[in-house]
Amino acid sequence: MARKLLIQNDQVPGINTLEVYRAQGGYRSVEKALKTMVPDQVTEEVKKSGLRGRGGAGFPTGMKWSFLAKPEGVPRYLVCNADESEPGTFKDRYLMEKIPHALIEGMITASYALGARTSYIYIRGEYFYVARILENAIKEAYEAGWLGRNILGTDFSHDCYVQVGAGAYICGEETALLESLEGKRGNPRIKPPFPAVAGLWGCPTVVNNVETIAAVCPIVNMGGDEYAKIGVGKSTGTKLISASGHINKPGVYEIELGLPVEEFIYSDAYCGGIRNGKSLKAVVAGGSSVPILPAHLILKTAAGEPRLMSYESLSDGGFQTGTMLGSGGFIVMDEDTSIVKNLFTFTRFYHHESCGQCSPCREGTGWMEKVLKKFLNGTAQESDVDLLWDIQRKIEGKTICPLGEAAAWPVAAAIRHFKEEFLEVARSKKFVDISHYERLNKQYAS
Amino acid sequence: MGAQVHGTQEFNESKRAEIEFSDEAMATVQKLISNYPEGKQKSALIPVLHVAQAEFDGWLSPEVMDYVASILNIKAIEVFEVASFYSMFNLKPVGKCVFEVCQTSSCWLNGAEDIIKYIEKKLNIKVGETTKDGLFTLKVAECLGSCGTAPMLQCGASYHEKLTYEKVDRLIDSYKAEGKRRSYTDKDYKNTL
Repeated sequence: MARKLLIQNDQVPGINTLEVYRAQGGYRSVEKALKTMVPDQVTEEVKKSGLRGRGGAGFPTGMKWSFLAKPEGVPRYLVCNADESEPGTFKDRYLMEKIPHALIEGMITASYALGARTSYIYIRGEYFYVARILENAIKEAYEAGWLGRNILGTDFSHDCYVQVGAGAYICGEETALLESLEGKRGNPRIKPPFPAVAGLWGCPTVVNNVETIAAVCPIVNMGGDEYAKIGVGKSTGTKLISASGHINKPGVYEIELGLPVEEFIYSDAYCGGIRNGKSLKAVVAGGSSVPILPAHLILKTAAGEPRLMSYESLSDGGFQTGTMLGSGGFIVMDEDTSIVKNLFTFTRFYHHESCGQCSPCREGTGWMEKVLKKFLNGTAQESDVDLLWDIQRKIEGKTICPLGEAAAWPVAAAIRHFKEEFLEVARSKKFVDISHYERLNKQYAS
Repeated sequence: MGAQVHGTQEFNESKRAEIEFSDEAMATVQKLISNYPEGKQKSALIPVLHVAQAEFDGWLSPEVMDYVASILNIKAIEVFEVASFYSMFNLKPVGKCVFEVCQTSSCWLNGAEDIIKYIEKKLNIKVGETTKDGLFTLKVAECLGSCGTAPMLQCGASYHEKLTYEKVDRLIDSYKAEGKRRSYTDKDYKNTL
């Protein structure tokens, strides 16, 4: 049986309450850190663990923490990124809804390491009911003395608050999130300065994903070296994967990094194979932004090695033949899926979610959506495939934040691996009813 | 003043004078403001706008935005630029129950389009419209994080997942029977799976 460190108790009745969570060994990392470690030791363990940001970028967490500026007399903040909005991703929602104290415990332990007196959990507005669950957990934690003044009789005091957003994918980008937390539009900031130097209200700030912060608890409990033994190479520990699409068993799975992709898709312990006995056509392995891969390339690398669920193996071959682990939003498509139409839903998404600050993204995402619409309403020419390729090339790398890349990569990958399908759709001149998308534009315009 | 910054919507002085949070809502707002350091009360803007939208008929009129600005001691334009950026804020009146049907990849793969068309037919409105009785507004939304339980729709704080036509029928019936406004801030959310 594979090891689980985050959601092993998700089926325990009442695990959302402090009492049951504590009985299952919860809040041990707070006890251990506050009573037996100095803050830098906690950071050191996180460094040793090899933990990488679980939101999508995969940046080493310990290193991010060590960049935090610590000027005298200036408050520092920990901000949890619970804005989970990457299409195909729903793991953080699952974790927060089922085991809210896992996040609260992580917030306290991580804040101790960073010397943050105050922390905020910024959660997407649509998850309002999850915010209620977190607020209840925080209330319980205050009542039991895990939050507030002089926790466990030590000098460490900490306050944790929840803030809801209001529907903007871009606020998952850390500087846009900080803008939103300050009560502004979610326009990403130009970096540098990085949040570690000038973040929330200009103060040094660390922004970490929900799963990253929750993972700090087992790391402190077992020690960084033990944690680093799980997984493969530089992909250490466990990862929550959100599995969806045409599979028998969609849901959230905690895997040890390094699990073969083939096993993840076909084993009954995970996705349970493709629905209705169909065959696999393609997979988006790490949320909508990462390149889509056809069946043969997701199961095996170009060199013929089995593809593993790890940062390195999934990106093997670069974008020519590989992809990324990303947020772990694993979308599976069967043989009947139209890659063109799926791409249309992604591109419409990015067009809708562009903050509008940078012209290449604001205009380019709209152009790509328009061109793709031509494929659906039967008016596309074969040359439109080249046009689409050209537009995405002109967005990538030319914007303040990575939303530009996030919008360009799916288009590039779909054309790279499924060009023939685009050409066929263009030649067939088949009309697909997209009238409700037209009405949709009216909704957005209002 | 509000009238200049609120686009096409008219600003009405006498309407503005009538707007005031209930005691309960005001207590929530004060609590929200206290979550931030002294002088950083603007940070409470988004949460306060959610309270305001729930309190004042499900949308943010120019007068409501002006009122929120006065409470947070910021300019009306600062409220408008935020309210107009985030998709959960309505700048026009909506029905008591707003159905937001997710239509992004995983939901699309699992038949979201058919659900949207079914609701259009059932309520006899198109996406973006409100029923004549003012009870339902139909919208589409981008990924709401229910990809593993697709297709889905959100109504107020409630997530309704693994939708089928029969489930949609039942939902519409139950919201109709209830007949009350549904908001994101509702504490009595009723998720269905």
